[in-house]
Amino acid sequence: MTKDEHKEGIGGMANPRRYGIERVAYLLMRLSGLGLLAYFVAHIYETSNILRGQVGWDELLEMTSTTEGHIILSIVIGMCVFHTVNGIRVMLGHGGVGVGKPARPDYPYEPASQNYRHKIGIYSAIVLAAFAMMYGLAVLFGE
Amino acid sequence: MRESTIMKIHYGTAIAAVALVAVHVLMRLTQGFAESLEYESVLANYKFVPYAIMLELILVLLSIHGFNGLRVILLELKQGRIYEKAVSYGCLAAMIGLIAYGSRTIIVVNMGLV
Amino acid sequence: MAQVSSIAEEQASTPLSSSKSITLRISRYNPKHDDSSVFMEFTVPYQKWTTVLEAILDVKKHFDHSVAVRYSCRQATCGSCGMMINGKPKLACFTKISELNSDVITVEPMSNFPIIRDLAVKFERMFETHHKIKPYLIRDDTELESDAKEFLQSPKEVEQYIQFANCIKCGLCNSACPTMATDSSFVGPQALAQAYRYVADSRDKGKDSRLKMIDEPHGIWRCHFAGSCSQVCPKGVDPAMGIQLLRGYLLGFRS
Repeated sequence: MTKDEHKEGIGGMANPRRYGIERVAYLLMRLSGLGLLAYFVAHIYETSNILRGQVGWDELLEMTSTTEGHIILSIVIGMCVFHTVNGIRVMLGHGGVGVGKPARPDYPYEPASQNYRHKIGIYSAIVLAAFAMMYGLAVLFGE
Repeated sequence: MRESTIMKIHYGTAIAAVALVAVHVLMRLTQGFAESLEYESVLANYKFVPYAIMLELILVLLSIHGFNGLRVILLELKQGRIYEKAVSYGCLAAMIGLIAYGSRTIIVVNMGLV
Repeated sequence: MAQVSSIAEEQASTPLSSSKSITLRISRYNPKHDDSSVFMEFTVPYQKWTTVLEAILDVKKHFDHSVAVRYSCRQATCGSCGMMINGKPKLACFTKISELNSDVITVEPMSNFPIIRDLAVKFERMFETHHKIKPYLIRDDTELESDAKEFLQSPKEVEQYIQFANCIKCGLCNSACPTMATDSSFVGPQALAQAYRYVADSRDKGKDSRLKMIDEPHGIWRCHFAGSCSQVCPKGVDPAMGIQLLRGYLLGFRS
């Protein structure tokens, strides 16, 4: 990508404000995917502490069972739920499910692929992620 | 490998991982979150062969899905033959490395070598 | 740098009975000798029906004839006047000032296309990718032979692709696409929608070669169904739908 190409760049790709909730979902999907991968790598690393026996494991639990640790885990729960629900929506869309049928377009040309089914899917993913985060916080801080 | 084959694997690993991670999370919740994380409880989980197999499957599925997702994002950010090869092979190496590292933990604990 | 001029007192192609006016900010940039773009501001009167293109042409006529803009049909048919209008890609001839609900209208060259000068951008790469997907019927026989019959289609078969045949190659979809924003090698929604247009045509026999062409690292799989392409299409082509339906062939959901 060069300046000559006049590409919008990462700023344009990650700007969620111009093209509705679908573009917000696109951005959240990317961010949650990267966040979950980071958590996954960290999780594999932290659970390998069990190889150090009970002392190593208890040290790990002590380190992660903090307010910050619980908040991070709650965010991970939210990202996981959003990524899953929205991922199922996107996968169905990629298979051509719920994207509408080709037809002669009429003015004002509302795109059939940007329909309420997919919008409901996106809002559901956000709401479910929020509920899952709240549940996670209740479980983690309720102990 | 054709990109369609890679993406079919990407979707397949996602679907399988969702089911298995759900079981993994439910196991924490049904046992009580704090209790399930106690050393003896975690050790028992690892030593229970079906659960260890499930953990191994989750490890493989999420590694493939996660690092392929990362590859896709990185390929879209920058282009160039050398960069793209580096990204593809780098992600593959990271995937194999993580699977090897996680498998070592599962196998060692499962065999009671801790 | 911002230069301000007013057309209110001068003779405009828009009748001066108009009491309303807007500030038109035009991005000026010549890659041959400018380091970066600057905005020039003009006060332009408008009527309910005045389009952004008419406002730009008013500026050219009365203030600065050097403003570079490409246009032709003025009726959303030629696909020449695509530009960023208040941050979103639109056809200038198809966008009424009164519908923008803004006192300030900023026009910039379309994103993700190299700039020729000011508002005019290069379409070479888009035409190249369009050409790459073989935008014509592929079959061994031809209806041009003297004893051959024309290729008949039922209305249902026509419905499968006619929507996608409305593409005017204006490039708005490529400009709105988030993948195009960073991926210089991506085929783009325009070409992918056209690939579907021909794959879905019952007269065409080139499905396999087209699918092979788009099944590569910067092909159809770099579309993530964000749908921005469909939201900006001025002809109702809905490239996002075409791309997902096309992907259905590669995933085995369609044959």
